[in-house]
Amino acid sequence: MLLGPDALQAIWLTIQLATCTTLLLLLLATPLAWWLTQTRSRWVAPIGALVTLPLVLPPSVLGFYLLVAMGPHGPLGQFTQAMGWGVLSFTFTGLLIGSMVFSLPFAVQPLQHAFESLGRRPMEVAATLRARPLDAFFTVALPQARSGLVTAAILTFAHTVGEFGVVLMIGGNIPGQTRVVSTQIYGHVEAMEYAQAHALAGGMLLFSFAVLFCLALLRRRQARVLP
Amino acid sequence: MTGLQIRLDLPRAGFDLQVDLDLPARGITVLFGPSGSGKTSVLRCVAGLERARAARVVVGGEVWQDDAARVFLPTHRRALGYVFQEASLFDHLDVRGNLHYGLRRSGSAQAAQTLQTAVGLLGIADLLDRRPDALSGGERQRVAIARALATAPRLLLLDEPMAALDQARRQEILPWLERMRDELCIPMLYVTHSADELARLADHLVVLERGRVKGAGPAGEVLAAIESPVVVGEDAGALLQGRLAERDAQWQLARVDFPGGALWLRDSGVPVGRAVRLRVLARDVSLTTEEPRHTSIQNHLPCRIESMAPDAHASQLLVRVVCGESVLLARITRRAVDALGLHAGSAAWAQVKSVALVQ
Repeated sequence: MLLGPDALQAIWLTIQLATCTTLLLLLLATPLAWWLTQTRSRWVAPIGALVTLPLVLPPSVLGFYLLVAMGPHGPLGQFTQAMGWGVLSFTFTGLLIGSMVFSLPFAVQPLQHAFESLGRRPMEVAATLRARPLDAFFTVALPQARSGLVTAAILTFAHTVGEFGVVLMIGGNIPGQTRVVSTQIYGHVEAMEYAQAHALAGGMLLFSFAVLFCLALLRRRQARVLP
Repeated sequence: MTGLQIRLDLPRAGFDLQVDLDLPARGITVLFGPSGSGKTSVLRCVAGLERARAARVVVGGEVWQDDAARVFLPTHRRALGYVFQEASLFDHLDVRGNLHYGLRRSGSAQAAQTLQTAVGLLGIADLLDRRPDALSGGERQRVAIARALATAPRLLLLDEPMAALDQARRQEILPWLERMRDELCIPMLYVTHSADELARLADHLVVLERGRVKGAGPAGEVLAAIESPVVVGEDAGALLQGRLAERDAQWQLARVDFPGGALWLRDSGVPVGRAVRLRVLARDVSLTTEEPRHTSIQNHLPCRIESMAPDAHASQLLVRVVCGESVLLARITRRAVDALGLHAGSAAWAQVKSVALVQ
């Protein structure tokens, strides 16, 4: 049996982490992306840049700052301790926050592009049909940007599954708590357990390919449906 | 005051849009003018999609916007229907879903009735289960019009609803619009730069040029004003309201009586008794001082010259002639005026070479 209990535990944890990250991040990224496309505020440029930052920063840099912030002396750590939640570094919650930050651009950008390509017209039409702005957002903007929503979800999920640096920095590598597939593979390689590493690495390869393949299919179908 | 009051001031690139209009609460008011004259901006401001300063918009006694009193109703609280240039149907809903979108939100008991009438009037009952992308351009625009009507609006705004359609599709939509005008009691503001649509649809006319109102009033009067002609060039002409009086089967001709005379034109199958509009272009009217006898032109009307004004080209004049209660425009050369001794007040005969029945 190539996939021992350790491996299964790591896979299960990875799925949990990726699912939670995706759901929470979509809730956060959708209004953020909408705001970025609608507002004329001068904060658009700096906030847009901030959102994109995780795309270019080395994961170790991001992980390092998150670790410091969440640590017992960091601002976030002080806050969570004051609230009685303890320190978040090296916990699943800390890992979740870290991967949400890390995957933020992967959720915001597809949504932002989808909202931008709608233009103002659908919302204007909805307003002339008596829809309040919030009503129009849920009944017109969101359904018409559904392809962006699906792309954002898939990319976020896949990206979370594939992250390594941030996980290692703020999660440590604690079995059952913060040891996900990518860090598990690293552990196997360190221990010269190439057979186990192969099994997990091959699985990741297949998974990633399948995700990108599905995304390509989805895009092609949309290209056919939309005029 | 139950009509439509629109006062706007909107800075635009190149000019300020400034209008102050009191429009009737019935029929179609056409906003006419060249591209970029501010027609669409007027419509968008009335709808609240764009915010003019120092604006006042009152529809049927209901104040939609009055900046002096700090009143501004957002678009979704204005009882209007808006038809955009492109149909802009929601492509995630089928036709029925599109029509019901506004119906559900209007909160008006009358809306369902209006929608039912609109579906019948616009002939879209067979399309209800289709997706927007399975409709032709003309069908999409008809659905968009019905969708706008489904909220039981107090005012229907149409922004060049046929601009994106080819000639054949326009001819397909125009009769539906005429039926709407004749059978619904909803005032409409209709933006166009097509003289043809203007002639067919306008009851009332507002001509815009570079953001200013160049002429406003009943369509026939505004079109026949020659001192500041609103429609220049080949499209200059008069609009006559008449009634189809007789159809001559032998010669395939039809006679239309209008206040002040009668004109023969091709019989296009319009039944006797129907109210019709005639468009007589200035270039198709010539003047003689005696009753013409040996001519192939069938229509000649005794008339009196009322006034003359310079035309687009220096060699020509636009002449306003009165036949009974109606007014015709004639385009003739200055030399002809001189040779025939024509002047304001002199009697003449108008020869009409061609007449178009516009509805």
